[in-house]
Amino acid sequence: MKWLLVAVIAAATTISDVLQAAAMKRHGEIRDFRPGALGRLLALLARNKLVVASVAAMTVSFFAFIALLSLADLSFAVPATAASYALETVLAKYLLQEPVTWGRWAGASLVACGVALLSL
Amino acid sequence: MNLRLKTRFFTVLVVLSSVCGNFSLSWGMRQVGRLVSISPMAYVQAVFNPWVALGISLLILWLFSHMTLLSWADLSYVLPVTSIGYVLSAMAGRLFLHEEISRWRWAGILLIVAGVALVARTAPHRPGAPS
Repeated sequence: MKWLLVAVIAAATTISDVLQAAAMKRHGEIRDFRPGALGRLLALLARNKLVVASVAAMTVSFFAFIALLSLADLSFAVPATAASYALETVLAKYLLQEPVTWGRWAGASLVACGVALLSL
Repeated sequence: MNLRLKTRFFTVLVVLSSVCGNFSLSWGMRQVGRLVSISPMAYVQAVFNPWVALGISLLILWLFSHMTLLSWADLSYVLPVTSIGYVLSAMAGRLFLHEEISRWRWAGILLIVAGVALVARTAPHRPGAPS
């Protein structure tokens, strides 16, 4: 059951992160942090289909995560959810067209190995 | 606010909201008990636990700060840099929830710190990209 929940969380988190990154890349850099501007931004993002789909995927991930926390330690659950990590980096390169330099690949690989060790 | 300072500020906010939110959820779920049900009511009841509610509030803060950071930083930069949160969550589990951390987990923590240090040295934003 634990690993089924981890699989659901990893799939939903990957979808959510990629959609969120795509939506925010299209939006562009947020520069104005005044309350009025943030309110307008929130209203704009709430109507963005990519953001809405991302939040829906995140909701699935959230409920699977609290079910996992009721069965497993925090120090297992949090790193195990990073199973999506390598796939997300590949999708960032090929789907979001990000320039993943050797430094990012090396760092991402070290983190992925570290996360695998944490879940032992 | 310059980009490097803004990136550091929102990275810290993403990490802290995630670590505190996950810790709060874990604490709350220990009180709620085992939750593996297809009934939505079981999940709704869990949400009304004060620690779970605090965890949800912190994860909403995480969502907004994460989206803000992604508005100028690449996903392939944000993922490794914010993964220092895995280390802090493991430490919170050890210190406050008295969970065991084996030598393998400590080795994992060292690798994550090294990976984060490596990626944090790269630029968060692709050169020439619109911002």
